[in-house]
Amino acid sequence: MSILVLADHDNGQLAGATLNTVAAATQIGGDIHVLVAGDSSGNVAKAAAAVAGVSKVLVAADASMNHGIAENVAPVIQGLASGYSHLLAPATTTGKNIMPRVAALLDVMQISDIISVVDANTFQRPIYAGNAIATVKTDEAVKIITVRSTAFEAVAAEGGNAAIEDVASGNDSGLSSYVKSELSSSERPELTSAPIVISGGRGMQDGSNFAMLEKVADKLGAAVGASRAAVDAGFVPNDYQVGQTGKVVAPDLYVAVGISGAIQHLAGMKDSKVIVAINKDDEAPIFQVADFGLVADLFEAVPEFEKAL
Amino acid sequence: MKVLVPVKRVIDYNVKVRVKADNSGVELANVKMAMNPFDEIAVEQALRLKEAGGADEVVVVSIGPSQNQETIRTALAMGADRGIHVEASHDIEPLAVAKLLKGVVAREEPGIVFVGKQAIDDDCNQTGQMLAALLGWAQGTFVSGIEISGDKATVIREVDGGLEHLQISLPAVVTVDLRLNEPRYASLPNIMKAKKKPLDSISVEELGIDVTPRLTIVSVEEPAARAAGIKVADVSELVDKLKNEAKVI
Repeated sequence: MSILVLADHDNGQLAGATLNTVAAATQIGGDIHVLVAGDSSGNVAKAAAAVAGVSKVLVAADASMNHGIAENVAPVIQGLASGYSHLLAPATTTGKNIMPRVAALLDVMQISDIISVVDANTFQRPIYAGNAIATVKTDEAVKIITVRSTAFEAVAAEGGNAAIEDVASGNDSGLSSYVKSELSSSERPELTSAPIVISGGRGMQDGSNFAMLEKVADKLGAAVGASRAAVDAGFVPNDYQVGQTGKVVAPDLYVAVGISGAIQHLAGMKDSKVIVAINKDDEAPIFQVADFGLVADLFEAVPEFEKAL
Repeated sequence: MKVLVPVKRVIDYNVKVRVKADNSGVELANVKMAMNPFDEIAVEQALRLKEAGGADEVVVVSIGPSQNQETIRTALAMGADRGIHVEASHDIEPLAVAKLLKGVVAREEPGIVFVGKQAIDDDCNQTGQMLAALLGWAQGTFVSGIEISGDKATVIREVDGGLEHLQISLPAVVTVDLRLNEPRYASLPNIMKAKKKPLDSISVEELGIDVTPRLTIVSVEEPAARAAGIKVADVSELVDKLKNEAKVI
């Protein structure tokens, strides 16, 4: 068996979720290759070649591969597919955008967002916002899979020494073109891989109050997240959202502040090792999943918490 | 321009799902069903496009058993013009759904397809991208903003790092995200009017698509429950527990 993993990257750095996806590939077992698509991805290819367990890095270097344009990248993966038993990508917005397009081009039914590998044909994935876990078996000649990064411990970023090879990068389909990005920049760790996450909900009342959470985050080396309600209310940008349709996190410590605990939020954080809830409503559903619950006014409790750290 | 909006009937998002005792799936009997919330946003966006003069007809399609006609009527009550029910007796996987929708697109020739980015039952997040691939069309996924001008659309996508703007050629498939709009409620007069709007039925066989499932559901289980936690009295007890008991800070 050989497995092709689509690298997630920004043409400068290899995204961490790629390492978790290689971990899933390692569990399936076989020769692991990584595809890096992008025109200035030399550094990314080098980083991918150093990842433990990777035996070959394929580089599709063309401007049409940049920004993960699905209409351009999917045919390249389609062209490579016949050499592989499995095609994997992280279930990031890039992987989720590209892989179903690849699957349809190959007439394969994809398995999305796996959380465990049972065997090379059988996988577990959450359905109904994580309220049920389905075990799914596929007999497709090529298995197409996206991987939930928090469910697989990342392989080492160093230690490998894979060969780097160029592959044909196809053409610009002319269907889609990149215009611009509005990316949040932060010195804090990335939400999906941070060891500690502190999130705010509707109870924060205003975006400016997130400064309280940021102070705590800076003391703990934590990332800052939010519930859908807080994002919908415009307190913070969309990339803060933790939940069924936002980001899925599973840190060592998750602190939910002023978050009631709607099902779709719990879907994004209930696999955290330790959950703390701070909420003034003692009947909030978040307390049902919290290891440590504090019924208190967050505007008093959070500054006190920060001082105590 | 005609707009096609595929809508899925799913367990209402407020319902706590229960896994069947035989672990074959989740309990659907006597459970409240509703339109997939992301598809409601797609219907709303189509209606807004029509109201702004950018579209002349909004056609809604749903694939499934006869009860799916209720879901189509909901969309008609919101303001869609016409419904198509593709009759199917069992659950159809996203790949087969995309193939059926391709057949509907061939009949209807829409200029754009709006669809929810994922269904809240299987959480697959595949159908829109698959349909775009089968049609050879552009795809704009996880979209929270859209502007159409001539034969192009500029979409704002919600991506992991923030927002991304793409220009896509029409016709295209656009999968919609939560913050694109807030769907309207159907008024009583519109619910009455919707009963008279045209709703055609076609069968899977008429569309000539093999919908045999490719995947086997081995089992469906409850997730591992979290052990019950405790309430702490104050911040100092919380910090003490985190430092000395959980050892996470």
